[in-house]
Amino acid sequence: MKKSTGNNSENLKVIKSKNHISDIFFEKTTLFFAFLIICIVFWIIYEMFIDSAPSRDAFGWGFIFSQDWEPVKEQFGALTFIYGTVVSSIIALAIALPVSLGIAIFLSELAPQIIKTTLSFLIEILAAIPSIVFGFWGIFVLAPFMRNTAQPFLESTLGFLPFFTGTKIGFGLLTSGIILAIMIIPIISAISRDVLKTIPQAQREAAYALGATRWEAIKMALLNAKSGILGATVLGLGRAVGETMAVTMVIGNRAQIKISWFEPAYSMASVIANEFAEASGKIHLSSLIEVGLVLFAVTFVINSLARFLIYSTTKKLTVK
Amino acid sequence: MANEFLNNINEFNLKEKYLSTNPEDSENPVFIKSEEYVNKDAAVQEKSSHEKSAIAVSTTNLSVWFNDKPGIENVNINIKKDSVTAIIGPSGCGKSTFLRALNFMHDLTPNAVVTGEINILGKDITEYNSIDIRKKVGMVFQKPNPFPTMSIYDNVISGLKLNWGHKKGLYDEIVETSLVQSGLWNEVKDRLKISAYSLSGGQQQRLCIARTLAVKPEIILMDEPTSALDPISTAGIEASIHDLKKIYTFIIVTHNMQQAARVSDFTAYFYLGKLIEHSKTSTVFTKPKEKLTEEYITGKFG
Amino acid sequence: MEAYEILANPKNLKRRKIINIVMLTLSVVSGLVAIIPLIYILFYTTAAGISSLNLDFFTQLPKPVGEPGGGIANAIVGSVEIVGLGSAFGIPIGLMSGIYVSEFSKSFFANIVKFVTDVLSGIPSIIIGIFAYGVIVLQTKHFSALAGGFALGILMIPTVTRITEEMLKLVPISLREASLALGISRWKTTLKIVLRTASGGIITGMLLAIARAAGETAPLLFTSFGNSFWSESIDSPTASLPVQIFNYAISPYAEWHQKAWAGAFVLIALVFIISLIVRLITKNKFSQSV
Repeated sequence: MKKSTGNNSENLKVIKSKNHISDIFFEKTTLFFAFLIICIVFWIIYEMFIDSAPSRDAFGWGFIFSQDWEPVKEQFGALTFIYGTVVSSIIALAIALPVSLGIAIFLSELAPQIIKTTLSFLIEILAAIPSIVFGFWGIFVLAPFMRNTAQPFLESTLGFLPFFTGTKIGFGLLTSGIILAIMIIPIISAISRDVLKTIPQAQREAAYALGATRWEAIKMALLNAKSGILGATVLGLGRAVGETMAVTMVIGNRAQIKISWFEPAYSMASVIANEFAEASGKIHLSSLIEVGLVLFAVTFVINSLARFLIYSTTKKLTVK
Repeated sequence: MANEFLNNINEFNLKEKYLSTNPEDSENPVFIKSEEYVNKDAAVQEKSSHEKSAIAVSTTNLSVWFNDKPGIENVNINIKKDSVTAIIGPSGCGKSTFLRALNFMHDLTPNAVVTGEINILGKDITEYNSIDIRKKVGMVFQKPNPFPTMSIYDNVISGLKLNWGHKKGLYDEIVETSLVQSGLWNEVKDRLKISAYSLSGGQQQRLCIARTLAVKPEIILMDEPTSALDPISTAGIEASIHDLKKIYTFIIVTHNMQQAARVSDFTAYFYLGKLIEHSKTSTVFTKPKEKLTEEYITGKFG
Repeated sequence: MEAYEILANPKNLKRRKIINIVMLTLSVVSGLVAIIPLIYILFYTTAAGISSLNLDFFTQLPKPVGEPGGGIANAIVGSVEIVGLGSAFGIPIGLMSGIYVSEFSKSFFANIVKFVTDVLSGIPSIIIGIFAYGVIVLQTKHFSALAGGFALGILMIPTVTRITEEMLKLVPISLREASLALGISRWKTTLKIVLRTASGGIITGMLLAIARAAGETAPLLFTSFGNSFWSESIDSPTASLPVQIFNYAISPYAEWHQKAWAGAFVLIALVFIISLIVRLITKNKFSQSV
């Protein structure tokens, strides 16, 4: 026993309750299922590793830095897909972050109860709409809108930037960035709202008492919640990186790296979605699985970071 | 299982017999055949002759540790059978901690360690498993906590039903007796099938007592059972305790010294995790041996 | 005391007030901005989808391009089949693990389970598809509803675990104590008292998980694949609503687009109705248990 506070600590007899056999069996049963989850996750990692072995053997680390993707010549490199995923996700984040923050502030600090519940509900719905529907809507509504209205407008106003020039197809990095933004706004705003809610009301009252305006009080709460909000953002990023269908439908699916955001591109998830079922030959399939492995590694790092940030904020605040 | 169940029912009726004054009851052959009956009868006779067997709970150097800090320390106490023992003391003195150690309730508290020895009804507590001990040592909590998904009827028999299964009508008698004993029968007898949540706070607490009685424990622990109730409900529950102490051992934690004086035969005073004084209630309240006890009961602190 | 003068300067105060109003307005505006695409998508899909909804849509097999009529009955049945298989696999695991994490959370292992569940929920669904492909399709050498169900089941696990854990934690500890104090065993307490008290929330949470799974496309593309006809068994390629929508959506035919809109509308309606039920039930739950 660890306890040495008592004088006769050596003689302490610990009374341990005896559990009924059925209870022990029950706990072990639930434990078994919980353990299954862990097995499944390791199994997924193992499977990806094994199945991508031919590709990893053939291309090594060069796989990540090569732009070639030629199934006919059996030459594979993932750089174009990594580029497409990274850029579309960054665009998404740049759009989604300010909007989500605004929503979070509005929901946690400003809105009257009835609007709060309605808006929360609508955002929940937004989060639950299948991505195929977003993609479909992207093809028939957003892409034409981008081609005919948004892209000409952007070129005439921001055309001095290389991102906003080039052929206006409607399908490309910018369009998929916008679709992704719409899809990750619910998650970022919901978690930011929850984090903001954990900031004690007393802090805001203290700020008001010192003569702060409402915005200044909110700003203070935001500063306190910043790592939690960062965590929410990173979680949204993880979602954007892994999103498949909506991106596949609007990114244009062309394996190229172009500076313009109007240009079609390709993402890691979309190349898997498009080519996997018809992959020709072992090395092609294995390369696609290696793209999946890279995608998995990226989302794993992003999500772990996000969980850590959110956990550290809420923990710190609730302990206080 | 079936035997266990039968025994249980018999034992139950037996208790009823103790309550009733009808001599014909004891003529019932079922009871005489019952082993339990003989044992209990022997115990009753023994009780009158030997003081020793009249101990329901006895602890030796009982300590409970939370994260290596003692909640109670080296408590040595003998609690008499078929009596009411009140446990008093200021908040945080370890009253509830002591109580919860007696039926393994600390199982649910993370980082709680119980050390020492506890003897329940003549057997060391480690000889029971956690289910058996709780059938012998029932507990009523501070806040009424009926099961929200069950009717009044189902709440009363929840302990029996979940342990032995259910058959229509089997428990009708037990429900009535338990509710009569807890003083709730007249108020609810026409609406046994409605949700327990529709009762008032005091009624809910009496339902919880009835639920505990239905399992037929020998010892009933009560953790401030009336602190959340109005005076009328409190009076009702105190009356039930008074009636039932002939057949049950009550250990009641209370914040309210008047209540301790009203209902208990013995009073134990806890202070800072230690048992300071334990003797007849009249002694504790009129001429306490310890200075600390006197200060507490005269209202100098607490 | 220069600082006081700066602070008391009315210009300064005015500036602060303007910033205040601007920022608060921006916040409200962003709330509206987020709603616009939502409303747009909801209305557009409803308008485009409802017109091509008819009885045939639900009862007929797909027809080749050019022939009028036809439906996607096989895809709807296939979806039900695949999601059913997924639920049968994912819900028990999720439910039991949720019980473990909530009721036996004292242990260190419970925290590991929680972390791994988070990891699983962060894995992109397309990767789960690859996994199911490797584990089932590659071994059996053909696409099947079974493989699709396996993938969806894995996707459902983290949601179900999380919801079960949260709902069980809402059940006050005093109920557990009350039950244990009656000599009721731990497992009966958990299943018959705690789980039953939380059942409303858990069931609706599972409906939500099912609705999400029903809309998943990526993991089905190369597991259950697709089929223009009724699938023969769970061991053969099977059409599903989302994959069918995808195939129709990227096709060049207007009549197929119409069908896809109708399918999208069915999916959205499903999600909307279930979310609404969840909302209503959890609301009651909260007000009752507090």
